[in-house]
Amino acid sequence: MDFNFTEEQTMIRDSLARLIREQYDFDTRTGVIKSESGWRPEMWAQFAELGLFMAPFSEEDGGLGGGPIDTMVVMEEFGKGLVVEPFIPSIVCGGGFLKHAGTDAQKEEHLQAIMGGASVFAFAYAEPRGRYNLADLETVARKDGSGYVINGHKAVVVGAPWADKLIVTARTAGDRRDESGVSVFIVSKDAAGVTSRDYPTVDGRRASEVYFENVSVGADALIGEADNGLPLIEQVVDEATAAICAEAVGAMGVAHAQTVEYSRTRKQFGTPIGKFQVLQHRMVDMFMEHEQSISMTYMATLKLGEDAVTRKKAVSGAKVRIGQAGRFVGQSAVQIHGGMGMTEELAVGHYFKRMTMIDSEFGNVDYHMKRYTALSAAALDIAAE
Amino acid sequence: MNLEFSAEETAFREEVRTFIDENYPEHLKGGSQLEEATPEDMLAWHKILGKKGWSVPAWPVEYGGTGWTSTQRYIWSEENARVDAIMPLPFGVAMVAPVIYTFGTQEQKDRFLPKIRSGEEWWCQGYSEPGAGSDLASLKTTAVRDGDHYVINGQKTWTTLAQHADWGFFLCRTDPDAKKQQEGISFILVDMKTPGIEVRPIITLDGGHEVNEVWLTDVRVPVENRVGKENEGWTYAKFLLAHERSGIAGVARSKRGIEKLRDIAASETDNGKPLIEDAGFASKVTQLEIDLTALEFTELRTLAGEAQGRGPGPESSILKVKGTEIQQRLTELTLEAVGHYGHPMHRAIASENSNEFPIGAGYGDYSAPAYFNMRKTSIYGGSNEIQRNIITKMILGL
Repeated sequence: MDFNFTEEQTMIRDSLARLIREQYDFDTRTGVIKSESGWRPEMWAQFAELGLFMAPFSEEDGGLGGGPIDTMVVMEEFGKGLVVEPFIPSIVCGGGFLKHAGTDAQKEEHLQAIMGGASVFAFAYAEPRGRYNLADLETVARKDGSGYVINGHKAVVVGAPWADKLIVTARTAGDRRDESGVSVFIVSKDAAGVTSRDYPTVDGRRASEVYFENVSVGADALIGEADNGLPLIEQVVDEATAAICAEAVGAMGVAHAQTVEYSRTRKQFGTPIGKFQVLQHRMVDMFMEHEQSISMTYMATLKLGEDAVTRKKAVSGAKVRIGQAGRFVGQSAVQIHGGMGMTEELAVGHYFKRMTMIDSEFGNVDYHMKRYTALSAAALDIAAE
Repeated sequence: MNLEFSAEETAFREEVRTFIDENYPEHLKGGSQLEEATPEDMLAWHKILGKKGWSVPAWPVEYGGTGWTSTQRYIWSEENARVDAIMPLPFGVAMVAPVIYTFGTQEQKDRFLPKIRSGEEWWCQGYSEPGAGSDLASLKTTAVRDGDHYVINGQKTWTTLAQHADWGFFLCRTDPDAKKQQEGISFILVDMKTPGIEVRPIITLDGGHEVNEVWLTDVRVPVENRVGKENEGWTYAKFLLAHERSGIAGVARSKRGIEKLRDIAASETDNGKPLIEDAGFASKVTQLEIDLTALEFTELRTLAGEAQGRGPGPESSILKVKGTEIQQRLTELTLEAVGHYGHPMHRAIASENSNEFPIGAGYGDYSAPAYFNMRKTSIYGGSNEIQRNIITKMILGL
């Protein structure tokens, strides 16, 4: 057993932390999220230069030979800095699909561009009526000659306004919600029939509603097996979920540290409020929630390569714990900051908002609680047979 | 003890319901525009009720109160919540007015109460300061006597809707040498148009502009604008805070909120079935409703006590703590219910083009900002930690 980071991972963490400290301070971020485009392509290029985008990919694929732990390191720092640039959509999801199931030609065409930062991917999986069920798809890809024609509406596609390519999940066979009959496609955002409605999100990012109207794609747009895309989607979404857990851990740590610091300096009744036991214990609880979240994130990240049942239970366990911890830490941070915690001017409220919204990405507490329960029940059934 | 409504009470409900249906502004019904309400929207119902004589039910009849029993007032809030009515703002009606009619001079009563009743004058509350939040008595804003005026200097904060206010009630230190912090404070009414007052917006994390900083520099206020005795303002402040707390439970509104939550959860689908049919989600809504019932009956007991002359005492802290926890939980579950559609920032979309159709189903529009915004409720009006301290001291005697 070894919970140490490699030299490369430590180097990535340190140089990323420095870059964020120097060029991603809170005021700069505030200006960026209010700007027209809502992000900084030049910052994206600097992330690429640091090698962040190559780190999680194998050397064979042109990467640095790392994996999910490198992603975890990056995302924890992104969480600390409230970074809005789309590492999860583009690198973890876009790159993830290609890494697991891309053909040599697809990797050649897309993975190099993703790792270099030249191409930005977004992951269009959610639908207005699908909630968190990845197979509950009304978007349909109909076979047409050697290619497909896609029709549908994808909801809240994070990072889509900045993307040039979309990963789209669609039904190619079977009934809505069937586990089989799901396929995954790469679609250019400028393809004929793709339209989008872009908007800011409440936590400072950008997303789109994306509409597909008779969008024709070739056979080479398909990633992985036709009609059997769900296991691949689940694998990639689990990796993205572990990554977003790491982001939450980063955000939680800062929210906690800022709260403790505030309680040292804010005086009421002639004494720093950090001297009041009721607040001390609440901050201790925040600390414990954060520590447990770190543990669960490590656990889930280390199990991403295991069999599907082990992996899913690990990731669902982590997402449940982190959803609960994020809520408690965020609410407590605002409460202990008092009125100041309610202001847009102070960073702590923005950490609270980000932690809140993380819960409803890639499945919330209830969804993962149910998934975990179902997997445990299935294991009992097998044992009983 | 008896839970039945009498025939008179049932008739009263009918009368009230008819009046609301016929007179509540059509464009404000349903309350979905609450986040975008203009100052005119916030006053619209108040002004209509003013004409009817129903804008200040809780006041003594001699000042324009309706003389309704606590049961009638309960029915009144329920019926208003049914259309999500934007009720008269509390700062004038429920906060400063009881201080004025209890402790004010005849001139003050004549000057201020009618315009509070009619909704003609908008009030704000100058209590908190940057250094005086939970520890309100440590406030530093000074009012120094200069002939027949006070000259006020200092800074107030978290002043709700001060940007629209005509008048404010301010706690100021009039005796800097008083032995105890709580002594030497006076309760002063200030015309917000007086030179030397600057109102600066504070934007909250939901993106809204509700609260402000109020800076006071050499603001001259006639001495006759002081309510009650000089240096005894803390007594009136405490009296007012107890009044603020008793209205803070928000039972009728939360009941309506649960109905709306159920509607949303019935429209949202999870695996092809309405979310409300999901046992896990449904039991969370049930829990909330049970908690709300407990609060409701606690409030009814308190109101019954008040009707028998026992003024709102420290037990009103229970209403504040439980009421705000329920309001917060309600917004939390609503945000949870809308799933992915909690993410879009509707405020940004709406400001670009007010005719833009909503992202998603529409009811999710303000679910996240509402959740963020409601975090204030456990902080304001004496934080929930302070309320627990009050119960510790005043009820448990520790």
